[in-house]
Amino acid sequence: MLYFSRAKTFGIMLLCALGLLLSLPNIAPRPGWWPGALPWPQVHLGLDLSGGSYLLLQIDTSAIVQQDLNTLVDEARQALRAAGLGYTGLHADLASGQVLVRPLDGQSTQALAAMRKLITYTPGASSPSVSVSILPNGDIAIAIPPATQAVRNSQAITQAITIIQRRIDGSGVLNPSIQRQGSDEIVVQLPGISDPERVKTLIGTTAHMTFQLVDTNAVPGQPVPFGDEQLPMSDNPQQQLDVLSTVAVDGADLEDAQASTDPQSGQWVVNFTLNALGAREFADVTAANVGKPFAIVLDGKVIEAPNIREPITGGSGQISGGFTPQSATDLALLLRAGALPAPLSIVEEQSVGPELGADAIRAGALSLSAGFVMVLVFMAVFYGLFGWFANIALVVNLILMLGILSLMGATLTLPGMAGILLTLGMAVDANILINERVREEVKNGRKPLAALEAGYKRAYGTIFDSNVTTLLAHVTLFIFGSPPVRGFAVTICAGIVTSLFTATVLTRLITSRWYVARRPASLPV
Amino acid sequence: MFTKPMFRFVPDGTKIRFMNGRFAGLIVSAVLSTGSLILFFHPGLNLGLDFRGGVVLQVQTPQAANFATLRSALSQAGLADAALQSFGAGKNGVLISLESRNNAAQTQTAITEAVTALNKAAPGSKILSTQAIGAAVSQDLFRQGLEALGLSFVMILCYIWFRFEWQFAAGAVATLLLDTTKTIGFMVLTRIPFDLVTIAAILTIIGYSTNDKVVVYDRVRENLRKYKTMPLRDLIDLSINETLNRTLGTSGTVFLAALPLALFGGSALSGFAWIMLFGIVVGTSSSIMIAAPILLFLGEHRLRRANAPVKTPAKARAQ
Repeated sequence: MLYFSRAKTFGIMLLCALGLLLSLPNIAPRPGWWPGALPWPQVHLGLDLSGGSYLLLQIDTSAIVQQDLNTLVDEARQALRAAGLGYTGLHADLASGQVLVRPLDGQSTQALAAMRKLITYTPGASSPSVSVSILPNGDIAIAIPPATQAVRNSQAITQAITIIQRRIDGSGVLNPSIQRQGSDEIVVQLPGISDPERVKTLIGTTAHMTFQLVDTNAVPGQPVPFGDEQLPMSDNPQQQLDVLSTVAVDGADLEDAQASTDPQSGQWVVNFTLNALGAREFADVTAANVGKPFAIVLDGKVIEAPNIREPITGGSGQISGGFTPQSATDLALLLRAGALPAPLSIVEEQSVGPELGADAIRAGALSLSAGFVMVLVFMAVFYGLFGWFANIALVVNLILMLGILSLMGATLTLPGMAGILLTLGMAVDANILINERVREEVKNGRKPLAALEAGYKRAYGTIFDSNVTTLLAHVTLFIFGSPPVRGFAVTICAGIVTSLFTATVLTRLITSRWYVARRPASLPV
Repeated sequence: MFTKPMFRFVPDGTKIRFMNGRFAGLIVSAVLSTGSLILFFHPGLNLGLDFRGGVVLQVQTPQAANFATLRSALSQAGLADAALQSFGAGKNGVLISLESRNNAAQTQTAITEAVTALNKAAPGSKILSTQAIGAAVSQDLFRQGLEALGLSFVMILCYIWFRFEWQFAAGAVATLLLDTTKTIGFMVLTRIPFDLVTIAAILTIIGYSTNDKVVVYDRVRENLRKYKTMPLRDLIDLSINETLNRTLGTSGTVFLAALPLALFGGSALSGFAWIMLFGIVVGTSSSIMIAAPILLFLGEHRLRRANAPVKTPAKARAQ
């Protein structure tokens, strides 16, 4: 009981100092002389405390499948034409996820061979790009193997994350966190933003821009001619415009886009520049169609369809669609950042305004500190001096917990803080157990030192069993729970471990120092 | 206050015959838990947004909120399912909840429509917070939460079985289940929303309650070795009385820590804290009035071995 080796005392002190050091970044700003290479670990504040937005996005994988199948249809058509083979019914079957084509009678062997040429092997990939088979009814089926599709989806997610990152960075939001979750989800966390609607639009827009010629021969009210599609105007969705399905120039060839005001009209416009390939295509199309309207389409909606006055050969142009300064800036940002590989939908959203965060912190902090003070007073009233020893241990426990949570980069929410407070409430349980034991031993007629020794020794078994049971339950929760539950379980586990250390080892050290210094004739229990 | 203790819950040498009330305790507990189960099925838990899916907007209006105007503005915007509720101390806080939409895009449209309608009906309103959760996500969360909870019960069962005897493990887990059902009943009655935050509260209670049971059982185990001929009933009474000051002390501390949260913690914390307060009272009383009687019934003829040394797993293995 009394004897603590120098090394052990030193070790205990070192651990406490380390905890203090690790928790310091949470109360002090990073000093200028602090080396940049060293971390300055902080507990992150959850949305309910800092304000901001949490968005769970899901990528529409069926859109990726559809795009891939459409590309496959084009490839199959070209391959069959190049081989000089006839076919009927070439189409993408979305339900079964394959492209079907019926070769002419007697040509199925050649057609099959032509289709097999579509199979390519990407180095490092476990499955071929497509699989080709002939069905009992004579159709040839070209399917994308599940493993290949999974790789494609995964690439799409990675690409989407990069693009979202660019868009958010461009919008001026600080410290965003964008993470992949599961096979088709992305978690975006934006602390401290005040206008979530704007960011949601920025993230949720696919921003696939195309330039398509308007079919001036189409008659309104008549069925849409073959090779055309009918698209709504973005400023008036009731009004439809017939455009050629063939994309003249794709927005993927955009090099730059900037918002500015038009010197003549004073209106907000978006100026864009195409890369070399896009510029050549743009020049060809505009040269061949002078005087005809040319539609600028964004995500299936026509922004505007101006007439081509003269061939545009410089590869740059202007979009003017009745923009506000904000919408022009955002469109330019979207075009610069690039289009998402597939539409994203917001399946979960949580946005907290800064006022609410501040209020919640005030009410929470006040009542949490009131609770903490109550615990301290309770221990002092019930256990006197030993209660104060426990209180010192409790404060150290709080510092150690903060240190561990900072080190893990944990996120602290209001319920998490309440959890910490309650862990502290339970941490004193160990001291209560020890003090009650010591008291029993004194009543049984033991001398102070013997009572202390027996009390600590006997209480250990109980403390161990009760804490390990709770710890096991929370470790299970951590392993099998959903992310929010896991965060809570980590907090509790950290609390149990630190409280085991402070409530037993640290209070024992303090008590033994006190005993050695005072040599009391009786214990204050 | 600085040296000597000033106050204790029960004087030394208290001998309350708790086991005399064992039937009363079990019956009261059984009635409360059955009642809670009935409440669970009808009218059912007030599911929070996390598990129900849908949209909740927290709005602050510039003047005192006029619910009739807001309601008609929202239904004109095509949001007939919008439910309004006031929150906070003043009259300016309004919670607008919408049911879950078919897909994410429709949900986002509904949010935009609600915000537009709101700004027309009460210009200058501030959106304090927006929360939207899809139905599929919420069902996943719910299932995952329940599975994790079930598994952690199994872990508690295994550990206590390993360290004590099966009677202790069965008693502890049965009591924990009874505690949890009562907490659910409490939540149905108070209409505290059942969401991830309150699940965290239930988890904390379970942890706390387990702790409490293990401490009492630990003393029973110790006394079983010490007094080899004492009847189990007296021995359990003795053990409870010996640990009574610690039981009440620890419960008192946690209770005091949670009390300010329940009273002044604001909407985010008060639900959490009320469940904690309820759980502390239930958990403490169940350690004495439920867990101990179950141990008495299960162990009456098995745990007492007047002539043979009491078997403990550790010793049994050593032999």
